[in-house]
Amino acid sequence: MTGLKVNGQLRAVDADPDTPLLWVLREDLGLTGTKFGCGVAACGACTVHVDGKPVRSCSVPLSAVAGADIVTIEGLAASAGVPDGALHPVQAAWIDIQVPQCGYCQSGMIMGTAALLKKTPKPTDAEIDAAIGNLCRCGTYPRVRRAIRSLSEQA
Amino acid sequence: MRRRTFLIGSAAALGGLALGYRAWTNAFEAQAAALVTRDGESLLGGWVKIGTDDTVTVYVPHVDMGQGVHTALAMMLAEELDADWSRVRAERAPGEKAFANRFLAEGWILQGWRLPAFLDGPIDTGFGEVARFINLQITGGSTAVRFTGQVGMRMVGAAARAMLIEAAARRWQTSTQELAAANGVVSHAASGRTARYGELATDAARLGVPASPRLKARKDYKIIGRSVPRFDIPAKVTGAMQYGIDVRLPGMLYATVKAAPVHGGKLASVDPTPAMGVKGVERVIRLENAVAVVGRGTWQASRGLAALEPVFTDGGNGAISSQGHAAQQYRALSGAKSSSMHKVGDADAALTAAPGARILEASYRVPFLHHAAMEPINATAQFKDGKLTVWAGEQDALGSKANLVKWSGLRAADVTLIAMPVGGAFGRRIPLTAHYLEQVVQIARHTAPHPVKMIWSREEDFAQGTYRPAVVTRIRAALGQNGMPTAWSQVYTDIPGPGRNDGFHIPYAIANQSIRSVASPSHVRTGVWRSVAHSQHGFYIESFIDELATAAGRDPFEYRRDLLPDGSRHRRVLEIAAEKAGWGTSLPSGVGRGIALVESFGTIVAHVVEASVGRRGVPTVHRVTAAVDCGDVCHPDTATAQVEGAIVMGLSAAIGEEITIERGAVVQKNFPDYPILSLAETPPRIEVHFVRSEGPWGGLGEPGLPPVAPALANAVFAATGRRMRVLPLVSAGRKSASG
Repeated sequence: MTGLKVNGQLRAVDADPDTPLLWVLREDLGLTGTKFGCGVAACGACTVHVDGKPVRSCSVPLSAVAGADIVTIEGLAASAGVPDGALHPVQAAWIDIQVPQCGYCQSGMIMGTAALLKKTPKPTDAEIDAAIGNLCRCGTYPRVRRAIRSLSEQA
Repeated sequence: MRRRTFLIGSAAALGGLALGYRAWTNAFEAQAAALVTRDGESLLGGWVKIGTDDTVTVYVPHVDMGQGVHTALAMMLAEELDADWSRVRAERAPGEKAFANRFLAEGWILQGWRLPAFLDGPIDTGFGEVARFINLQITGGSTAVRFTGQVGMRMVGAAARAMLIEAAARRWQTSTQELAAANGVVSHAASGRTARYGELATDAARLGVPASPRLKARKDYKIIGRSVPRFDIPAKVTGAMQYGIDVRLPGMLYATVKAAPVHGGKLASVDPTPAMGVKGVERVIRLENAVAVVGRGTWQASRGLAALEPVFTDGGNGAISSQGHAAQQYRALSGAKSSSMHKVGDADAALTAAPGARILEASYRVPFLHHAAMEPINATAQFKDGKLTVWAGEQDALGSKANLVKWSGLRAADVTLIAMPVGGAFGRRIPLTAHYLEQVVQIARHTAPHPVKMIWSREEDFAQGTYRPAVVTRIRAALGQNGMPTAWSQVYTDIPGPGRNDGFHIPYAIANQSIRSVASPSHVRTGVWRSVAHSQHGFYIESFIDELATAAGRDPFEYRRDLLPDGSRHRRVLEIAAEKAGWGTSLPSGVGRGIALVESFGTIVAHVVEASVGRRGVPTVHRVTAAVDCGDVCHPDTATAQVEGAIVMGLSAAIGEEITIERGAVVQKNFPDYPILSLAETPPRIEVHFVRSEGPWGGLGEPGLPPVAPALANAVFAATGRRMRVLPLVSAGRKSASG
C-alpha cells in the first residue's frame, strides 16, 4: 500500500510502485479528468500538480510521489481556496473565451496554465510558449493564448 | 393536409424515397418516443422533447467532437420553435434506427450530389433508397448544420411550434391565426390567455406533424446568429466530461493490443508465458492479426504486452518503403489506365496545337498523414446475458452498430452502442475504418461476462492508423498571349479506399480542362482525414495557379481575381481576404505573402498567409487572414473557432507532418517523431472574416483546412523564390541539410 495525498485527501493505493501516477489516478482513484495522451511526457494531457509544480503524470512512478501533495483538475479550484462548486479563475477564463473544442487536452492545458500563472502572474509570450508545451489537435492555441492574456491582465 | 410524414414536400425530387419514408415514419416515432421519454415528457416530430417543466431537449444525430454542433443544431431547432433558449438542452440521439439521420440523406439528394465515397461501405443498398440511408448517423462531410440543421432541425422546430399552437387553439376553441408563439409561450391577444409549451406539449404530441411548416426569414432570427455559450464547455474545463476512455464499470478489465506492424500481416505465433508472469495480467489473446493482453489495469496489460515477442507475417509487403511508394506513384501517372474525372473543352488538343503558347508543367506530392487525435483509440465492450454492449466514441454510432451486429453474430436488438463523447476524430472514427471495434468485440468474448476496456498505446495508434493517402499529381497548362491559361491537363493518383477523391473543381475560367485519375494502390490502410481529398487537391491547384501567375509575370491575387467571374462568391471571398490582409502593402524583409482559394463542402475559403523561412528550411508563420463564405452563420464564435482550428491543423500538416514507411511498416512512433504544431509555433495573428451571402448553408468543420498548405507554400515562394512542390515543407529542408 502506498499513501498518497490527492486533492487534499489521504488515499491508500494498492498498486505496483512503478505504476505511473496517471494510471493510479484514473484507474485506482477514479479521477478520469486527467487524460492519457502519449505515455512519453510529450503531449501534456496528463498534467497534474505535484507540490505545486506541473508534472506529466504518465511518466512519474507512484513511488516518486508518495507523501507529495498532488492536485488534479478535479481538485484545482479547491486547491486555490475557491469556495465549493465555484471555478478556478483559469477555468472561468476558459469558459469566458470558449477555449475548448473536443476538450480532451484541456485538463492538461488548464493545469499547466494555473501552475504558470501562480509562479508568473504576468508571463511574457516567450514564458507562455516555454511553459505551455501541451499539444492540442483541434487547434485551440489562439484561444489558449487569449485566455492566458486575459488572466494576466487581471493579475 | 396533415401527415405524419413531413419533409417530403419535394416528393418528386426525393423520388423513391418518399414512399418508403412514409411507411417507416410512424414506427420510428413510436420507437423514438419509447427510447427517450418518461412521464411528463412528450416527443414532438421525432426529435424534440418538451417536458411539463418546459425543458426542451433536442436530440442531435451527430457527435460533438468540439465543433459545437449540439449547440448549433439546438439553436436552429429552437429558433423555429420560438423556444425560451434558457430552457433548451441538447442530447446526442441514441444510436438506434429510430434516430437515423434521414435529413442527411435528404440534404444530399436535394443538392443532387452523389454520396461521398466514405459512405459507400456501411450502407446497405438492398432495400433501395430508403434502406440506403437507414444506418446513417454520421458526423463527417461537414454536414451537420447545412443538412441536419437546415433540412432537419429547422423543419422539426417549425413543425413542433405549429403543433403547440394547434393544441392551444383546440383548448381555447379559437383559430390558430389568432395565436402567437414566442419565448416558449403561446398567447391569445384577444383574450389575454397564455400557455407555456410545457402545458401544451402532451396535447400537441397527439396531433399530426404538419407536412410543410413555414420557416423564418433570416431577418426574423432571434437565436441563430448569436454566439450563445456552448453546452459542452463547462464539463470540459472541470474534468467532468466523460469520454469513451473514461468509462468505468463494475468488474471491468483492461486490455491493450499490438497488431502486425506491416498492414496486411497476420499474427504467426506468440508465446504468452512472459506476459502471464507479469503481476496483474489475466490472459493473452491471439487475434488474427494482433495479440491482446488483458489485465487488472491498463499499466499491467501494457507491461504484459511489452514482455511478449509476437511474430507477425508481413503479407508480402515487408520490402516497401516510402521512397519506393513515391516512385510507384510517379510511374502510375504515366500509365495508360486513367479515368476521366472532369472534362471541359479539349485540353490536350489545346496544349499540343497552340502555336506560340507557353507550356508549363509541374508535379506535386503529399505524404500520408495521421489523424493523431488527442484521445487514443479505445473502446469498452461487454457480452452478458446474450447481449453485447459497447461504449465508444464513434463518428457514426448507427453505422458502427451495424458492424457490431455483424461481428458479434447477435441480432440488432441485442446489440447496444453507447456513443461517448470523442476526444477528436477528424475522420479516424468512421465505421469503414473503425477496425478496433472488431478487436474489442473479440477480446470481450474472452472476458465475458466482465466488461473490458481496450486502450491502444499511442505507439499502436500511430502504427495502425488509417492515413490521408500519400499521392502525387502532374499538371500541364498552356498560357495564351495575355498570360492567362487556355488549357489545364492534370493526372493524379488515387489510393482506392475511403479517402479517394470525391470530386473537386477549379473555380477559374479556363476554357479547356482535362482532369484524370489513376488508381495506384498501397498496402498502407488509408482513410478520410479532415477535408478528405480536398487537402491534396487544394494544394495541387492553388500551387499551380500560383506558378502560372508567376510565369505570366502577374500578381498572384490579381491573376486569380481576373480568372473569376465578376460578382461571383469566389471572387468576393478572394477580394475580401486580400483586402483584410493588406495585400500589396510592404512586409519586413524575408517575409512573403501567399494566397489560396478553395471551395469544399459547400463553403468557399480564401487564406492569406505571411511567412518567412528559417535557416533549416522550417517556415515561421506570422499571420493568417481568412475570408469564409458559408452562406449564413449559425453561431459566429463557434464558426470562427472551427476555422481557427482548421488553420492550425492545416499549418501543422503542411509544415511538418509526414508518416513514412520503412520495411512495410510506419516509422513514426509517437508525437516526438510526428511533430504537431505547438502553441509556440502558432501564428500570433489568425483572423477570420465571414462573408455573408445568399448562398446555401455550407459546412465549416473542414473547409478552413484545404487552402492553408498552398497559401503557405506560396508565401514561402514569395519570401524565398523557392517553389515548394512536396509536402511537408520541412522535408525540403531535411533534404538540403543531408546533402
